[in-house]
Amino acid sequence: MKKILFSLCFLWCSALVFSQDYFPKNDGVKATNNNYTAFTNAKIFVTPTQVIQKGTLLIKNGKVVNAGKSVKLPENTVVVDLEGKSIYPSFIDIYSKFGVEQPKRKPGRSRSAQYEAEREGYYWNDHIMPENTAISSFKYDEKAAKELINAGFGAVNSHIHDGIARGTGVLIALNGQGTDANRILDDRSAQYFSLTKSVLKKQSYPTSLMGALALLRQMYSDANWYEQGNADTKDRSLEALIKNKDLVQIFEAKDKGNALRADKIGDAYGIQYTILGGGNEFERIAEIKATNAKYIIPLNFPDAYDVSDPYQADYVSLKDMRFWNQAPTNPKVLADNGVPFSLTAYDLKSMSKFKENLLKAITYGLSKTKALEALTTIPAQILGKSDELGSLTSGAHANFLITSGDIFDKSTILYENWVQGNKNVINNKDTKDIRGDYSIALEGNSYDISITGEISKPKIEVKKDTLKLPSKLSYKNNWVTFSFSTDKGEKNYRMTGAVVADSDNLSGRLILPDGTESFFTATKKSGLAETKKRERNASKAHEIMPVTYPNVGYGYKTKPKQETLLFKNATVWTSEDAGILENTDVLIKNGKITKIGKDLKSAGAKVIDATGKHLTAGIIDEHSHIAALAVNESGHNSSAEVKMEDVVDPEHMGIYHSLAGGVTSLQLLHGSANPIGGRSAILKLKWGEDSDGLIYDNSPKFIKFALGENVKQSNWGSYSRFPQTRMGVEQVFTNYFQRAKEYDAKKKSGEPYRYDEEMEVLAEILNGERFISCHSYVQSEINMMMKVADKFGFRLNTFTHILEGYKVADKMAEHGAGAGTFSDWWAYKYEVNDAIPYNAAIMQSQGITVAINSDDREMIRRLNQEAAKTMKYGGMSELEAWKMVTINPAKLLHIDNRVGSIKEGKDADVVLWSGHPLSVYSKAEKTIIEGAVYFDLEKDKMQREAIKKERSQLVKMMLKEKDSGNKMQGPKQRTKRNFTCESL
Amino acid sequence: MMKKIIFLLLAIGVYVPSMAQQTPASKQTEAITIEGATAHLGNGEVIESSLIMFEDGKLTFVGDSKMRIARKGTIINAEGKHVYPGFIAPGKSLGLVEVDAVRASDDQDEIGDLIPHVRSLVAYNAESKVVESMRPNGVLISQIAPVGGRISGTSSIVQFDAWNWEDAAIKVDDGIHLHWPNTFRRGRWWMGEGRGSKPNEKYAEEIDEVVTFIKNSYAYGKSTPKEVNPAFAAMQGLFDGSQKLYVYADGEKEIIDAINTLKANNIKDIVLVGGYHAYKITDFIKKNNIPVLVQYTHNLPVFDDDDYDLPYKLPKLLVDAGLMVGLQNSDAENFQTRNLAFYAGQIGQQGMDKEIALQLITGNNAKILGIDDSYGTLEVGKSATLFISEGDALDMRTNQLTHAFIDGRNISLETHQTELWKRYMGKYDGK
Repeated sequence: MKKILFSLCFLWCSALVFSQDYFPKNDGVKATNNNYTAFTNAKIFVTPTQVIQKGTLLIKNGKVVNAGKSVKLPENTVVVDLEGKSIYPSFIDIYSKFGVEQPKRKPGRSRSAQYEAEREGYYWNDHIMPENTAISSFKYDEKAAKELINAGFGAVNSHIHDGIARGTGVLIALNGQGTDANRILDDRSAQYFSLTKSVLKKQSYPTSLMGALALLRQMYSDANWYEQGNADTKDRSLEALIKNKDLVQIFEAKDKGNALRADKIGDAYGIQYTILGGGNEFERIAEIKATNAKYIIPLNFPDAYDVSDPYQADYVSLKDMRFWNQAPTNPKVLADNGVPFSLTAYDLKSMSKFKENLLKAITYGLSKTKALEALTTIPAQILGKSDELGSLTSGAHANFLITSGDIFDKSTILYENWVQGNKNVINNKDTKDIRGDYSIALEGNSYDISITGEISKPKIEVKKDTLKLPSKLSYKNNWVTFSFSTDKGEKNYRMTGAVVADSDNLSGRLILPDGTESFFTATKKSGLAETKKRERNASKAHEIMPVTYPNVGYGYKTKPKQETLLFKNATVWTSEDAGILENTDVLIKNGKITKIGKDLKSAGAKVIDATGKHLTAGIIDEHSHIAALAVNESGHNSSAEVKMEDVVDPEHMGIYHSLAGGVTSLQLLHGSANPIGGRSAILKLKWGEDSDGLIYDNSPKFIKFALGENVKQSNWGSYSRFPQTRMGVEQVFTNYFQRAKEYDAKKKSGEPYRYDEEMEVLAEILNGERFISCHSYVQSEINMMMKVADKFGFRLNTFTHILEGYKVADKMAEHGAGAGTFSDWWAYKYEVNDAIPYNAAIMQSQGITVAINSDDREMIRRLNQEAAKTMKYGGMSELEAWKMVTINPAKLLHIDNRVGSIKEGKDADVVLWSGHPLSVYSKAEKTIIEGAVYFDLEKDKMQREAIKKERSQLVKMMLKEKDSGNKMQGPKQRTKRNFTCESL
Repeated sequence: MMKKIIFLLLAIGVYVPSMAQQTPASKQTEAITIEGATAHLGNGEVIESSLIMFEDGKLTFVGDSKMRIARKGTIINAEGKHVYPGFIAPGKSLGLVEVDAVRASDDQDEIGDLIPHVRSLVAYNAESKVVESMRPNGVLISQIAPVGGRISGTSSIVQFDAWNWEDAAIKVDDGIHLHWPNTFRRGRWWMGEGRGSKPNEKYAEEIDEVVTFIKNSYAYGKSTPKEVNPAFAAMQGLFDGSQKLYVYADGEKEIIDAINTLKANNIKDIVLVGGYHAYKITDFIKKNNIPVLVQYTHNLPVFDDDDYDLPYKLPKLLVDAGLMVGLQNSDAENFQTRNLAFYAGQIGQQGMDKEIALQLITGNNAKILGIDDSYGTLEVGKSATLFISEGDALDMRTNQLTHAFIDGRNISLETHQTELWKRYMGKYDGK
């Protein structure tokens, strides 16, 4: 007997282990199995669109030989009859962590930031690690493989999920019986990137999203330069990057906006990334489609929020509720728009969610063909492995699934998952389905038995009338064994019997409580009817809420459009020499102010009676940090390479709130962490557009500089970064500008030079092509900055904050600097000790162009009132006060030829006020940008109602979700940060 | 050497006036009459052309300028101008901190969670430059409260023209400040929780700590203790009604829990501070007869789906529902308190009558703080704490003070800031 077992085992092994033919063999004799295996009478999905009814799949040596209606079977063929069953190509997950050791963050944080790299001979930034190879830390993980195999996967593509450039991946067939010699399909399968720093490395830069983007750009241009042989030092990172450039390039974006950001980098360096999405692509589907990228979409949908406590429900925003409601449509929307995508189990908490979510996506409209493509042909195509994987065409790996039927049907059973011709049994296809309801009579009593659960792992419930009895069941190798006890555990009945094909009843040996042996028969009453009913309920789709622009509360169902508008009889504040015009009409057409006058007429114009109301140019905030995803790149003391344009957040509520305060344009500034900050984004607050839609066309170029306590890091415990004093600040500027001067000279000389984005930007300043907004407080530093500028021959365009500007207003006027300042802030730190609210008036009296700005998410909502404070403090006239938030900031931003005043030919960025625009009692009734109404009190009222209604609908849906026992998540309020200059 | 000394002396000579607090005004010795101004009485009433007289720091006449009675003392012709009672700012730490970022200048937050015995008054800096900057905007009185912790300490009410804290005090140890626990807490983002808020699992536990403390304080007061417990002892005024409890709560649930719990624990005089969601439960608050010091208007909506102007109209919603409402800006930085009038003006934008809006920062604040016997309104017999403005003092563009009086004393409207203004305008004008 022992011998037989041993030889059985041997047979098993020898049949399945691939031997490498040039390897010596000492544990036996060489014996190769060159037999064919044929699977006949199955419905075969050769590809998602090529389906053979009652076909034959022929495989040999782990590869598909043929699949067709009539396949000639060689004599040495083992035939498996799959009558009534289906065959699909096994799934592929190309965004896996399988078998590759993932780095973990080391505990502990150092007090002072680490600015330098730890490595030598590699790129200057530790988060750039293209030299990493997943294969070097790969170890086949049986346990994880089993989970994947059970979920239907045959091949996965894995990599080290760490760092910004992450190196190459490894493509693995989940062939547990094979060795790395055959299951590693590609050990340089793709090159990976992300926007997230390494958890292993402590180097501070980049601290921000925009820094990560800048780093990627610099990395690519450095690689080009290195490739041309310009470097005289060795850089293993760049060498790896260059070596990997012909591979598939995969970018972890995890969000629609980041997908667009990644694509932009790709465009700049001739790379088309395949992008790991975030599940919210449907919210900006047109822009996503325009990337022309292929996507990898995590099959992860949020759980409903537990909103049963109405107080707690208040904390969940409509945006978050809506995302729960809409997210399951993401795959459908991608498919409908022709965006090619594969699906991944990445980020799923448990593999068991995979099928559930897959079916959910189908319930929400994803076609089964597209679903199958997303799991087979598309991932194969992305990796350039269409010949090998994802289909059952000749020559492909014999990776396929045997199912009881339609794989996208909940009740379908996955029997086997073959990988490289090796069988993995998930559910014995010969196992009889014993699930259903039975009755059994024992010792004069009748009991009801209900068997549910999975076919191969059924569960039992035994009832006497309505009383549930303790019971157990096991079902293995076609034998069923079960037991239950009655009389509070006093009596125990045990039964076991073989399950046979020709009877639905269960019968066999019975052991009675007293040990007597007898026979039992449990008579089957019905199949799995009740369970099926429950499934149907769960799989019903809920009503989907429409996507708005942006897809948050107060988003618009359709983006505001340009209108022809005629304001009649308004008090018009021109912000020009014309001053205030009473009883005046203003015509807006094609986004421009076309006419200002009396008794204007225009056919087709929408007439707005503005009697008693005031019409002004839209307010412009010279200094704002709303609508940003990041504000400071504090990893270096100079960060000219970063761009606020990279991190515009078009969904920020600050945009809508500012519109309601009459603001139409702003400068989104980098923060004040560094002497040399990042480049600005100048925005129009077009609520509903995407990031790029908010940014000015032909935007003037600006950069943020900063002086004083923030750049010295005075107010938090950091002592390691230069500069720590105002003396050091000067040195930073002179050093950088000297270097920029030398860089520019070299560049202009025609000599080869290393492109340095930071130096390029500083050179733009030296060449008068880029303007500066310089954060500043005390007079000494203001004076210093102007002297540095004088030395290098550039001009400080604007000093922002500039709270001691009044002390050096004469010098500023002489230098030609403008000023953007707070109306009345002070006392928050030492350097504002001498800040006075008269500052604006004094500077203005000395001929400086002065703007009142916010730097604050709340204050931006009422800059008209802040302008009015200059009348109180320093006695400015109404006209001059009003200019401080309209034409003056427009001048400072060099957009005064387009906006900032009401003048024929200018952009129709105007605000209709209920009364005097400088009065605390007035409010903005309509805020218009380029002739489109972006805020309107009436519309706002309707939006409030709509939000209430939609929230209550969604709450109802989620309560239902809870009632049906689905998994919920606790109520949460996701808040965006309200940035100021100092936010890190 | 001599040169150096002269230079030094000169430097001091120039700097000294701008560094020191304005000299407090001397006691009113002569009657003052203000004639012709629009008088906003602070109780909702207005007299278009008014006659106001005061002597020995008290108002002796408030009426119509047509009144044929003798005008006493110095007569200020204020035709076309406006007279207001001095504005009152509850719940601030003015004078307890000078420069927020300079730790050495910060005396507002003591160690400990339940420290009613910690008293603000003794640390109040009557010579603070920030305090001084309140006056040109009409803010003349404030309740000075410690900040931080669950029970931050005991406040006192001061006027803004004094040589020292003792002279400044209007009402010593008027109330205790309790920050009610929150049902939600901020995510500990540095621990990877995300920056949003989630339910506070310790809410009930935190309430229990407060209740236990109050119960112990109450029991302590029933005995004659051999050993003094300073914290329990400091609470006794809450049980006999000599002190008020200012409870800071914003959420609907928090407000209901706070009021129910405190009432059930023998607290006599409760004032709700904050009240972001108070508008949803006005009936409850009214039934319990709780006055509200509502949060200031220049605030953001807390929830993204809220009306953009909810903070602007919140006080109006409460007033319209018949509650006793005052206005405070305890969450704002101290220097912002000079904008108190404009927070009230903002409610005018939402359709509230301007006199009612004014009442929130004058008559009502005085009543809620318990100083209405002397302050808050222009009524005969009350303190002559008032100011004259060129125009509507609730509107930034017209708030221009010409005179201000505290207890009849004609106080300076100069500040560190006006002096710098004049000094540098002088420089540019060649003066």
